[in-house]
Amino acid sequence: MSRKKKASLLLTALLSVFLVAGCGGGDKQSGEKSNAKEQIIRYNVCAEPETLDPAKATGLPEGTILAQMFDGLTRYNNKQEITPALAESWTISDDGLNYTFKLRDAKWNNGDPVTANDFVYSWLRALDPNTASEYAYQLFYIKGAEEFNSGKGSKEQVAVKAVDEKTLQVTLAAPAPQFLGLTAFQTLYPINPKVDQASPKWTTEVDKYVSNGPFKIVSWEHNQKIVMEKNPTYWDTNSVKLDKLEIYLIENTDTGFTMFQSGQIDIQDQVPVQEMASLKDSKDLKISPDVSVYFYRFNVTKKPMDNPKVRKALTLAIDRQSIVENVTKQGQKPAFAFVPFGFTDADGKDFRQNGGDFFKEDVTEAKKLLAEAGYPEGKGFPKLTLTYNNDQTHQKVAEAIQAMWKKNLGIDITLENVEWQIKLNKEDTLDFELVRAGWSPDYLDPMSFVDMFVTNGGNNDTGWGNKEYDALVKQANATGDPKVRMEAMHKAEKILMEELPVMPIFFYTNPNLIKPNLKDVIVPSFGLYADFKTAYVE
Amino acid sequence: MIRYLLRRLFTMTVALWLIITITFAIAHSIPGGPFASEKKLPEAVKKNLEERYHLNDPLWKQYTDYLKNILHGDLGPSFKYEHQTVNSIIKSNFPVSATLGSLSICFSLVVGMLAGVISALRQNRWQDYLAMVLATLSFSVPSFILSGLLMYVFAYQLGWLPPAMWGTWQQAILPTLALSALPTAFIARLMRSSMLEVLQQDYLKTAKAKGLSEYAVIIRHAIRNAILPVVTYIGPLIATVLTGSFVVESIFAVPGLGRWFVQSVSNRDYTVILGVTVFYSAFLMLMNFLVDIAYSWIDPRIKLTDSKEV
Amino acid sequence: MQLSPQMFEPLQHDGTAAEELGRPALGYWQDVWHRLKQNKLAMAGLITIFLLAVMATIGPYLSGYSYDAQDLTRVNQAPNAAHWFGTDSLGRDLFTRVWYGARISLGIGIMTSVICLVVGVIYGGISGYLGGRVDEVMMRIVEILYSIPFLLYVILLMVYMGPGLGSIFTALGLVYWLNLARIVRGQVLVLKEQEYVLAARLLGASTMRILLRHLIPNTMGPIIVTMTLLIPEAIFTEAFLSFLGLGVSAPAASWGVLASDGLQGLRSYPWQLLFPAVFISITMLAFNFVGDGLRDALDPRMRK
Repeated sequence: MSRKKKASLLLTALLSVFLVAGCGGGDKQSGEKSNAKEQIIRYNVCAEPETLDPAKATGLPEGTILAQMFDGLTRYNNKQEITPALAESWTISDDGLNYTFKLRDAKWNNGDPVTANDFVYSWLRALDPNTASEYAYQLFYIKGAEEFNSGKGSKEQVAVKAVDEKTLQVTLAAPAPQFLGLTAFQTLYPINPKVDQASPKWTTEVDKYVSNGPFKIVSWEHNQKIVMEKNPTYWDTNSVKLDKLEIYLIENTDTGFTMFQSGQIDIQDQVPVQEMASLKDSKDLKISPDVSVYFYRFNVTKKPMDNPKVRKALTLAIDRQSIVENVTKQGQKPAFAFVPFGFTDADGKDFRQNGGDFFKEDVTEAKKLLAEAGYPEGKGFPKLTLTYNNDQTHQKVAEAIQAMWKKNLGIDITLENVEWQIKLNKEDTLDFELVRAGWSPDYLDPMSFVDMFVTNGGNNDTGWGNKEYDALVKQANATGDPKVRMEAMHKAEKILMEELPVMPIFFYTNPNLIKPNLKDVIVPSFGLYADFKTAYVE
Repeated sequence: MIRYLLRRLFTMTVALWLIITITFAIAHSIPGGPFASEKKLPEAVKKNLEERYHLNDPLWKQYTDYLKNILHGDLGPSFKYEHQTVNSIIKSNFPVSATLGSLSICFSLVVGMLAGVISALRQNRWQDYLAMVLATLSFSVPSFILSGLLMYVFAYQLGWLPPAMWGTWQQAILPTLALSALPTAFIARLMRSSMLEVLQQDYLKTAKAKGLSEYAVIIRHAIRNAILPVVTYIGPLIATVLTGSFVVESIFAVPGLGRWFVQSVSNRDYTVILGVTVFYSAFLMLMNFLVDIAYSWIDPRIKLTDSKEV
Repeated sequence: MQLSPQMFEPLQHDGTAAEELGRPALGYWQDVWHRLKQNKLAMAGLITIFLLAVMATIGPYLSGYSYDAQDLTRVNQAPNAAHWFGTDSLGRDLFTRVWYGARISLGIGIMTSVICLVVGVIYGGISGYLGGRVDEVMMRIVEILYSIPFLLYVILLMVYMGPGLGSIFTALGLVYWLNLARIVRGQVLVLKEQEYVLAARLLGASTMRILLRHLIPNTMGPIIVTMTLLIPEAIFTEAFLSFLGLGVSAPAASWGVLASDGLQGLRSYPWQLLFPAVFISITMLAFNFVGDGLRDALDPRMRK
């Protein structure tokens, strides 16, 4: 770097004379490395949490922070398996409707025992219309829950019951195999009823905050950091190796990156895209799997996207491998189907691997389809607009695809870059032609992807509908037999990928900046950024 | 004078009311809402949320309720940050921005005026060229690039200063510099240009001819007369800088008020949008008022009132 | 005896004739040009601006690459014989993109400044000259426009006008004249009390004439300083607007957009920031030299 930098260096050096005279004191701070024996991890979660109330938290940063402080009935381990946490064991009835959890002896960090009633209290609180929790719907699987939340039923009709201090009984409205996994999720954490009743604002005040998990909160400086310490009353405190966990709330990921490079934080779950190339062979970069998909929606109510041949032609005429290799560069997998890798099928294998690819990129075939649709060599094809929300990666992917369509099919599209909420509004009102979207699941099951596209579904946003598809989703949701269920979802996905109301582009990955001396940090493929329960510094 | 003050107070109140009304109207007319998300909420959940925050009231009622509350000094809750109210946001974030802003203003004033005066006195000599080229360069480097460069050079490459966050005096240096660069350059150029103009005025020649030392002439007459554009400029500048810069605060992870101006809009956090806007505009109008008062103090010939009211 | 306005009769001839004391008005601009020509820095600035304009016109055709031609096998290349300024993250030729961006940025910078100059100077001049209640109301309007969050305007424009040059000029034009108006108004408040204004008024010169012929030329210094700041502000605000979707749509990119893209890769590909930033700085220096020269040349007191 030459003139430019020197010029500004000179400028700043000149300006600094006034203030900085002899500020040699600063250099220690940034150079300081953490003592290898000190069990402390400094983690940047890249956001100020909107709330620390388990019933109200919705985002990944909030979920991640809460997961360090709470245990639910279950907890995911490092292999993404559901393991017993506050529930020692459980039984599920054959029809998949009745769950009985047996609780272990556990304590809140103020010494109170954790009882089945705490769960009942917490879940009813989340469902209470007055609480106005956004994630109340995560509990809608429970019989009577939706009715209570929408004011049509009463508290008493919600089918969750403390049989005794240590036994919790739940009845679902319909079979939902994903329910067990949800009990590891923040909305279903218990809270301490005594604390909540004594000071309803306990979630906003650090000294009143009571939790039951691996760590307890010590301080919260807004937009700076949250400090946590090991919780000695945690039932599994022997597995917790860290003494202290500092969670930084720094939103700017480039700033976080610089702090990481200068040794002030040890782990950050966002990597600036532009740095990917320079980090490629670095030990600081760890790419973990992720169960999300990046795709474009077609508005099938508009010409010419109402023609499946046009949709298919567009889908076949891009080079996904080149996009993930040269543009996004985070080791993503090209997507030739909609449901990502990482879900377990009925036979225990991967759902995606069993399902396979549904189409192959093929420019000749694409041209042929386009000609059949009435646009030979792209002639007469209207100038479509592709909408995406402001983000450099989305823009680059869009630019690359724009160039590919132009080269391969001879069609021109316009790129439209809009603010996030405007994009959501456009999707909602089908006021778009092509729009970029991403989807990550609510629970670790393909259903979270498949049920999106039922006719008029809330998250469909394409105008597409198919009776056969709807029937398959219904069948999967009604059955208690995992084999029938998975089979129905495979069939549904096949229909989706033949009709292509959406064009899958790639499956996300989860790149993390993480110092090589950190061990056993769990980086799950969904739901949380990281779990430090068993983590330690080497 | 009393009449003038009363009239000013009146027009300021009307302006503030217009600002609230226009901002309220725009904020509610753009698509989206505080609870919009990629995953659609079930109707019941949405209804509960709207009920809780009175978003299902007719707009005119939300508007009049807001005006009523603001008269009681209550700017409302944040829709997005459950643990915050707009009052608490301003209370905890404004002091940080104000500290950083005051440092920058002091820096800009001292360095900018000094550079401007020196280059005017040494017009077309190397001091002048150096100062003006530097000033021009800092015009052409916007704060997001300058902040990035400062952090890259001083924190990352040289390791002299902490890259970000707030609390120690070392952490204040880089954001102060980033925030001051543009105003410093602007003040330097304004000062130079009006100094040059003043230096050619006859009364300065007279003063010099009377035998006053050059130093006394400059201090007593020239600067005082040349400072007017700078005063005009720093009025709104103080209001803007003290309420925080989104870019600089975001890059240096300073927990100031600046982020709320931007984030509230992206979140459609209506009360926060209105709250910070009202706070800022009241501050701005106060500063402009002080600037106008300062005018007549600097130059007693200036009249703000209609001639018949004098 | 009581004096009443009816007893006075205004001078019947217009102010122009009354002021026909100095040299003919025709000579003024020739004079300005004459003095500007003698200012070497200003001339260097003018030549630079001319060269930039020439390059903006022909530059995109020189390298043989189009501004949107991607080559995903040659991304992020350092400057070399094939790509004089290197390539960006989609393998596009930066040389072509920089000059293509010059069209957008120079256009936006200059247009915005001109719009703001006209609006700001007239508005501020009237407000300051008339003073009193008019000033009070006009300044409150400035404060209102100043206070409403810019991002809100932008989103509103995006929803109701959509992206494009019209929206950019509306967004920039809405707010960027405000500072200028306040500064001009502040200067006029002082100047209007000076003797020569009184003299001109007594000679029957119209308000507009006093403003344009006497007051504004004397505030040229602050006006030009503010104007030259406006150009880079407009260039970078355009980048911000483009990011929000109001600016030119991709793959076209302005200098501001190129620079902010380049900043992200600063550690690995510094030239992606260097080239747009250097040209922005050169443009700024050139405009400042011209501005300073112009200020001197326009200054009535410098006339010999």
